[in-house]
Amino acid sequence: MDVLFMSRLQFAITSMFHFIFVPLTLGLSILTAFMETRYVISGDETWLKMAKFWGKLFLINFALGVVTGITLEFQFGMNWAEYSKYVGDIFGAPLAIEATVAFFMESVFIGVWIFGWNKVSKTFHAVSIWLVAIATNLSALWILLANGWMQHPVGYVLRNGRAEMVDFMAMVTNPYGLLKFGHQIVSGYTVAAFFVMGISAWHLLRKNQPEFFTRSFKLAAAFGLVSAILVGVIGDFHAVEVAKTQPTKFAAMESVWETRKGVGLNLILLPDEKRECNAIERLCIPNMVSLLAFHQPEAEIKGLKDFPRELRPPVMLTYLSFRAMVGLGTLFILLSLVAVFLSRTGRLQNFPLFLKVLVYAIPLPYIANQLGWVVAEVGRQPWIVYGVLKTSDAVSRSVTTAQVVGSLAGFTLLYGFLGVVDIYLLIKYARKGPDDDLSGIIKPVSARRA
Amino acid sequence: MELQITWFVLWGVLWAVYFMLDGFVLGTGILHNFLARTDGEKRVLINTIGPVWDGNEVWLITAGGATFAAFPTTYALMFSYLYTALLLLLFALIVRGVSFEFRGKVEGEGWKRGWDMAIQVSSFLPALLFGVAFGNIFMGLPMDAAGYHGSLLSLLNPYGLLTGVLFVLLFTVHGALYLAVKTVGDLSARAKALADKVWPALLVVAVAFLAYTKFATGLFDNYLSAPLLFVVPLLAVTALLATRILSARGATPGAFAASCVTVLMVVATGVTGLFPNLIPSSLDPNFSLTIYNSSSSPYTLKLMTIVAFIFVPIVIAYKIWVYRIFRAPVTEAEVLGDKNAY
Repeated sequence: MDVLFMSRLQFAITSMFHFIFVPLTLGLSILTAFMETRYVISGDETWLKMAKFWGKLFLINFALGVVTGITLEFQFGMNWAEYSKYVGDIFGAPLAIEATVAFFMESVFIGVWIFGWNKVSKTFHAVSIWLVAIATNLSALWILLANGWMQHPVGYVLRNGRAEMVDFMAMVTNPYGLLKFGHQIVSGYTVAAFFVMGISAWHLLRKNQPEFFTRSFKLAAAFGLVSAILVGVIGDFHAVEVAKTQPTKFAAMESVWETRKGVGLNLILLPDEKRECNAIERLCIPNMVSLLAFHQPEAEIKGLKDFPRELRPPVMLTYLSFRAMVGLGTLFILLSLVAVFLSRTGRLQNFPLFLKVLVYAIPLPYIANQLGWVVAEVGRQPWIVYGVLKTSDAVSRSVTTAQVVGSLAGFTLLYGFLGVVDIYLLIKYARKGPDDDLSGIIKPVSARRA
Repeated sequence: MELQITWFVLWGVLWAVYFMLDGFVLGTGILHNFLARTDGEKRVLINTIGPVWDGNEVWLITAGGATFAAFPTTYALMFSYLYTALLLLLFALIVRGVSFEFRGKVEGEGWKRGWDMAIQVSSFLPALLFGVAFGNIFMGLPMDAAGYHGSLLSLLNPYGLLTGVLFVLLFTVHGALYLAVKTVGDLSARAKALADKVWPALLVVAVAFLAYTKFATGLFDNYLSAPLLFVVPLLAVTALLATRILSARGATPGAFAASCVTVLMVVATGVTGLFPNLIPSSLDPNFSLTIYNSSSSPYTLKLMTIVAFIFVPIVIAYKIWVYRIFRAPVTEAEVLGDKNAY
């Protein structure tokens, strides 16, 4: 148990915990904004009730996302001082830009949205939640460009004993970062779509406010189908980029040991890391891995054995996470396809079993999001910046084991407690259903205090 | 190297604005249980800062991000050397944020009392820790070629603690005046009375701080070599006196404005004294982190300057505008009648 191992564990725990809240925020902000916009245009109060109900759940989730985000910024300096020194010249910029361009906008207009129901016009109130949604997605752009740089460093030179930025535009247009951004935001939208569908299904099973929840469900199903398909499409292009730029990660994702042309995809496969081969290989789809990697059936895939052991990522974890993520992603497309069909044809209530399945499906997109990050971060090992800096060289030198033991224990306890409280509140308010009393909300604009 | 100086000024401005804005939120939290007598009053207090606390905290994230982008070496060493102190600060800020959000979500005596306590502790602790951290930065950290030789306990030296107390009292008065402006009736009167009562203690600690600074730190060297700079601490003291005078005249908004200037000038006093250091070494000046030996490359500094000069004015513009939307005082009737309130 050394500082390096525990710093990694702490970063994993704190970023995964933060990431319970972020994907929902990405998508639910857009759904809420859409609902409120429909209300402003049509004057139909059901849309307002929807914006308020889903908005409330959005806020309970949002609060923890915001406060746990600070931890991540601080940790780069606290636990990864050598990393921060070495790459701060290029990595610090997107973080600072994220704060200046996105965080301010997000935090200021969320205040307007929560407290401004009677203080700003209907239109402006809807605009403020759109600004929150835009800012949230912008923030994802900058943080993923930063992470994209760690995956595939571009636009820098090694000078003065560190990586220095020489081409900002190269970082901003880094295909790795942009594809990651695209893949991530639609994954977030999928989380939000299944969240809304699942909670709506729970109420529909109990015949609570059927009109309200059918409409919510319908909207979420369409949003979910489009998002889930895009997750797959962008994910496919993302995989090509990985194969091109991070051969060790790609080989681990598919558990390919020998370099060969026209590699097939085994539907059933179990890697054996010790013996450097696969223990089980069954049901092979010929040429599929080559096709996925380079969109060419005969393309050559570099096997893990072409790389020294110490430069390979943990294969089992990377492979299993990737497989499970892809499997779940496929499931989301199928489920939302059925959801769209049943809700469009008005037969949702006739299939209680399907509704039940959707209630239990709420956690699945969350899990898929986390697995995707396991692939991205574990698959990059032993590098913290691929090909440039090893994770083991990035950890703070002045930090002691006792300090990290203390902080790790503190984070685990505090986050565990807050996670329980937050989920309790989400369930409480999700079950309660929408509030019929809209008094104090739709005051005419003239009633604003001077 | 003008870019480094530009970024030093921006760095100071970010911290100063952060303390001015979050200072009154921290102060409001410190006073939470002292000032409010009923659940309704507590909700009023939370709702005075409700629409703005999150945006105010972003100044801290931006100050951190700017340190990372412009002075990465300082960022790396400051955060890893002050590990445990920053950890406690983080925990407090996390708890404070969720307390505002969670407190009103469940009707229950115990639930509310728990979060009331959390608000108070998690507001007091950051105020104290920021003071202790900056006090120690003013003095210099024990660092040399071998790294850092301090610990959490070594930060709690008399000068560090005095700076901590200074920050706590400064934010308490600042928060009390904010509440005097942002509430009405008896609650507002009590907030103002509390500000007046704490003010003499703040004055005493501020004078002690200035005197002790002469002995414990090298901050005055810059002032002695360019006496014109004494304008900055002079403004701080003048604003502090104006706070009390304006309050005595019943001009509460004026007193709060003077308090804002006080906070800005207190930070400016420290930062001006530090220049060109960001963190001096108390062991050997050769190991001090300066704006020259810890900065980013000219390319990055130039890029970040462009970003800052475009976006910071935009941010300030919409922030002022939002403060105007919420400028009216918060009343109990309004909070109790509004389901969207905290």
